[in-house]
Amino acid sequence: MHKRVFHVALLFAAALTMLGAGSSTTTLDRIGHKLECPCGCAEILSECNHVGCPDSGPMIDELRKDIVAGQSEPAILNAFVAEYGPVVLAAPLRGGFDVVAWIVPFAVLVLGGLGIVFVLRRWHRHTQLAAPAAPVADEEAMRERIRRDTE
Amino acid sequence: MLHPMPSFGELSLLLALMLSVYALFAGALSLWAIAHKHQLAVDAERLRETARRAGIASFVAVSCAVFALVWAAFTNDYSVDYILHHTNRSLATAYKFSALWSGQEGSLLLWAWLLSGYGFVLRLRDKADVTLHAYAGTILAGIQIFFFLLLVFAARPFSLVPGGVAPADGLGLNTLLQYPEMVIHPPMLYLGYVGFSVPFAFALGALMMRYPGEKWIHITRRWTMVTWLFLTCGICLGMHWAYAVLGWGGYWGWDPVENASLMPWLGGTAFLHSVMMQEKRGMMKRWNVWLIFVTFMLSILGTLLTRSGLVSSVHAFAQSSIGDWFVIFLAIVALVCTFTFVLQGDHLKTENHLESYVSRESSFLFNNLVLLTASFVVLWGTLYPVLSEWVNGSKETVGPYYYNRVMVPIGLALLFLTGVGPLLAWRSTSLRAIRRNFVLPCIAVIVTALALMAFGVRPWHDDSYGGGIYALVCIALGAGVITAITSEFLRGAGVVRTQTDKNLLASAILLTHRNTRRYGGYLIHFGIVVLFIGIAGSAFNRSEEHEMGFGDSIQLNGYKLVCQSFSQDSNAEYDTDYALLDVFHNGKKITQLAPEHRFYNASQQPLTVVAIHSTLAADLYVVYEGQNPDTGRPIIKVFLNPLVNWIWIGVGIVIFGTFIALVPPLLPVSRKVEVPAGAAAVVGGPNA
Repeated sequence: MHKRVFHVALLFAAALTMLGAGSSTTTLDRIGHKLECPCGCAEILSECNHVGCPDSGPMIDELRKDIVAGQSEPAILNAFVAEYGPVVLAAPLRGGFDVVAWIVPFAVLVLGGLGIVFVLRRWHRHTQLAAPAAPVADEEAMRERIRRDTE
Repeated sequence: MLHPMPSFGELSLLLALMLSVYALFAGALSLWAIAHKHQLAVDAERLRETARRAGIASFVAVSCAVFALVWAAFTNDYSVDYILHHTNRSLATAYKFSALWSGQEGSLLLWAWLLSGYGFVLRLRDKADVTLHAYAGTILAGIQIFFFLLLVFAARPFSLVPGGVAPADGLGLNTLLQYPEMVIHPPMLYLGYVGFSVPFAFALGALMMRYPGEKWIHITRRWTMVTWLFLTCGICLGMHWAYAVLGWGGYWGWDPVENASLMPWLGGTAFLHSVMMQEKRGMMKRWNVWLIFVTFMLSILGTLLTRSGLVSSVHAFAQSSIGDWFVIFLAIVALVCTFTFVLQGDHLKTENHLESYVSRESSFLFNNLVLLTASFVVLWGTLYPVLSEWVNGSKETVGPYYYNRVMVPIGLALLFLTGVGPLLAWRSTSLRAIRRNFVLPCIAVIVTALALMAFGVRPWHDDSYGGGIYALVCIALGAGVITAITSEFLRGAGVVRTQTDKNLLASAILLTHRNTRRYGGYLIHFGIVVLFIGIAGSAFNRSEEHEMGFGDSIQLNGYKLVCQSFSQDSNAEYDTDYALLDVFHNGKKITQLAPEHRFYNASQQPLTVVAIHSTLAADLYVVYEGQNPDTGRPIIKVFLNPLVNWIWIGVGIVIFGTFIALVPPLLPVSRKVEVPAGAAAVVGGPNA
């Protein structure tokens, strides 16, 4: 049985290694996916393919030039924001306060997870200690009334 | 000039408001007197009964108002401003009816009507527990008052056009709403939103009266499930409408209005799972009360966000200045809930504690965490543009790029729990049971992942920015969950078969009938998995756009579309441009598609009519984007969207599973045992 578990674990590890393998995405595509076409089509810049779009073609050319010129990704994104406004970004990507947008959801998940672990430990500890509580007299009267109501 | 029908509608609304006010105050006074054994000038129980009847009458009154508005739509009464702006003479009958909810005032009237309808049923079915129903009815009356106040003072559906002189024709219905699903989508969605008022009212009422035990949960379970079902149907109909009508190739755009519906759905789903802890083990009582409070508040918050203009949405028809009303209402609800909980929450004590970390109880906790985090993320993403404007001075875009990166991992965690949770036993799960239950699903996950890689889903050649990896994980996990569900069915059916000598199918049906809730739940999980697999297909979407003349073609992943003709047509409602395209797959003609672009005369609005060739593997989705003004030739955009049909099939399974879960389970039948003659005498006769 241990051998089988080991094999399964090995297979998982291999699969995970493959999941982490590098992709063939180019810098142009990667940055292009962080920008939106500002013509109103609401398409990702690299995916905007509608005929006669006045913006996507020139913007992709501009992006290509910036990459060839060796500009860093943040610098390119900042330049686009300066030219087209913050709506050109497909998501909060400018750094600074925008990092909060990405961190908060996962922070909530992690804190919630820790909270659950805390609750589970507390409940588990109580299991050994707690004795069944005696019913309160008022509650008994209430239960009696409910029985009457529902008969 | 006399306007009898609008006046009748106004009067009915006013009457409904007064009746609700009476139901609230008479109900509250009588319940207070009964709880404190206080003698009133009138008999408290009779006063409570009058409050109940006033609540019932309020439904009749608001129904009259709804009738008056629909009547105005059908009789083309353009003296009513709302009818003028949302109908016209040539509008089809079904859409005249749906004009009731196509604008702000009408949709609020629909909300108030459905709320009163729920209240009507609740007040009629009060025999299960008269006092608890009286509390719930009184709380519902409070919610009704808010909506009636809105309708009477802030968003009046019967206000007349300036001068009161009716124009000859109306301005027509928004063209996007002229689609069959739009006749049922909003009522379904509203039945979902509004429906959460009922479990909310029961939870608050139970807390107010310090209701012991879990009976209020038994009473509200069906209400919650039906509400959840309506909301699910409403959301999915909206998805299908967006897919078939909006012409952008997708079904979910993370628009604030879509998000507003998803938040309470996630909260409601968490509640439906979490109450099982209370029913089975007497645990999480405080949590459940807050969960339904929050779910109700989320449905109000969603409405506030989208109708106040706080966040921008494509559903511009709904923006107005009624946001302040919703803020005040929400604040009152939050205050009442907190105050009641502080005063009365001490009786909500857990009856059991956790016996093992590896148990159904702990899986429910994690399920709640994931669902509520998902709900929070949707709220966070919806509000972030407002927050960033405060901090950075400019509104940021938070759209699919953001949600796909944050929500997809959360969704996968949920899928994982969907598989794991049902395999764990209540109280404690032994290592042997874990081995027995998890081996097959784990094998299914690994085999599916390897098969997908073998068939070309290669994460290391991913050109969809992480989508391919997520799709692979999603489909593999989905296979694991389906295996787990199937093996649970088969195991149970096997036991029934040995007991009853029926065949496996009949045994599975009997098994389901014996425990409809459990196996209905499994079917819902199965449907959700199918739906997730359909969504995973979007990682492999492809599209092409070209200008097409006669005989021109577009090729996309084995499909070839050839333009046979393009032309124009007109009728009383609209002018249309269309193209006829022959579709070939692997060289063989399979169908002809005719995407259209309409222009409606009354509303002066365009509408894209998408042509879809749908199979289980993929949808070929063709849009007439417009015409090149220089050449006069159509511009055609073609999308190839894999597995979209799986989404609609998954929704169908979810609906079916919910119906199964709502069916009362088969009661255990006592078996007749042949008693040997004389045996009765031995044990003391038949009455012994």
